[in-house]
Amino acid sequence: MIMDLFNYWVVVVLMMSGFYIVIAHGNLIKKMVGLTIFQTSVFIFYISMAKVEGGTAPILAESISQHSNPLPHVLILTAIVVGIATTALGLALVVRIKESYGSIEEEDIQQLDEQAQVESEQKTANGNQV
Amino acid sequence: MIDIVLLTLLMVVAFAIIKMKDLFSVIMLLGIYGLLSASFFVAMDAVDVAFTEAAVGAGISTLLILLVITMTGRSENTTRHKPLLALLVVVFTGALLIYGTLDMPYFGSADAPINNHVAPRYINGSMEEIGIPNIVTSVLASYRAFDTFGEVVVIFTAGIGVLALLSVVPRPEDSKKITPVNDSMHEQYLVIRVVTKILLPFILLFALYVQFHGDFGPGGGFQAGVIFSAAIILYTMLFGLNTARKVMNQSVVQLIAAMGVLLYACVGVVSLLNGGNFFDYNVLSNDPVAGQHLGVLLIEWGVGCTVASVMIIIFFSFAGRREMQQHNKYVDNKDQESSL
Repeated sequence: MIMDLFNYWVVVVLMMSGFYIVIAHGNLIKKMVGLTIFQTSVFIFYISMAKVEGGTAPILAESISQHSNPLPHVLILTAIVVGIATTALGLALVVRIKESYGSIEEEDIQQLDEQAQVESEQKTANGNQV
Repeated sequence: MIDIVLLTLLMVVAFAIIKMKDLFSVIMLLGIYGLLSASFFVAMDAVDVAFTEAAVGAGISTLLILLVITMTGRSENTTRHKPLLALLVVVFTGALLIYGTLDMPYFGSADAPINNHVAPRYINGSMEEIGIPNIVTSVLASYRAFDTFGEVVVIFTAGIGVLALLSVVPRPEDSKKITPVNDSMHEQYLVIRVVTKILLPFILLFALYVQFHGDFGPGGGFQAGVIFSAAIILYTMLFGLNTARKVMNQSVVQLIAAMGVLLYACVGVVSLLNGGNFFDYNVLSNDPVAGQHLGVLLIEWGVGCTVASVMIIIFFSFAGRREMQQHNKYVDNKDQESSL
């Protein structure tokens, strides 16, 4: 049973590694890397499910009767390219955040945001007094 | 057996990525992670997926993140956000998922539910209905063409998003000043430049082979698109953005990205006008199988164009942004010097 479910357990471990990076690390680039690991673990999950014992790649040829399941291959093939496109969008946001905050650490960004909020509140308070 | 080794290596790499503080090493490990998972996909018979993952995971995404850390800095802050609580959440979720896998059908079993719904129909009927040996291509381009269309639109939209976030309007008087900052760093790597120049035509030729041979062997528009753009990205990294922009005019590339999506949609509209359903290629020609061949060829072409151009646009946008930042820094330094 250990060998029969080994792939799925590895998937869970990889997925949780990615998840841990996303929630515990503050660096936004590291978070994107975590997301990529998470994403790839899902790909591995789908492709593992598609494997059929004794089957070959789903390309029809004479003298071959057993094929692995082609449907998950199609889904994951497109998902990989969509994944890199969305990752690029996330990285673009990171670049813009770096430009306007000067940092890509979550804590620094939150601190700067809080400071800005306090300052704007003080301004409105001063405005009311006048 | 080899898949177990690869999966174990994947776990080791993932743990190393968690541990590493230096983002440069993290990115190199991520490239290894992509290559390992591509090898794993080959072992799992998913050759088409392996193609894509090798080009994207080990190639484009690594280069893209590398480019980003040159703008955002290389080291990571050592403080963690509530690491114990995070670990607890992760372990708990993982335990639940492991418990869930106990009900999964065993790995490789042919009578698992996933292998007994539509898959037999695709495997047994696709040769007669579509007439293409590669089942993945028939499912991607014909049976599930609507799905694939949605995905191509998502990729196109992501490209537009990156452009909207990062595009810089170049001022003509700046272009001369940027060049010296940019090109000086490329001159020293002579060996890499020569090897790249020798390799480039073969990479491009291979991309075209993957594009047009996708009906018969592993390949298709998605794979060809990413391989083609990987070649252009390699060229851009070594010879600078300005040289690359002379080779690939950015506005033409943007036009091609849109034309790819349009070509794809048009095939669907033409099949509607011919009296079939949206993306029903049987009506494209007198002979249904010939119609399917034509439809698959055209939409793979559309997919290839869009994917390749969107990837090139994304890379150009990041590289252009970096150039602008460097230029601003350069100008600032000069201003400071002159004010002193």
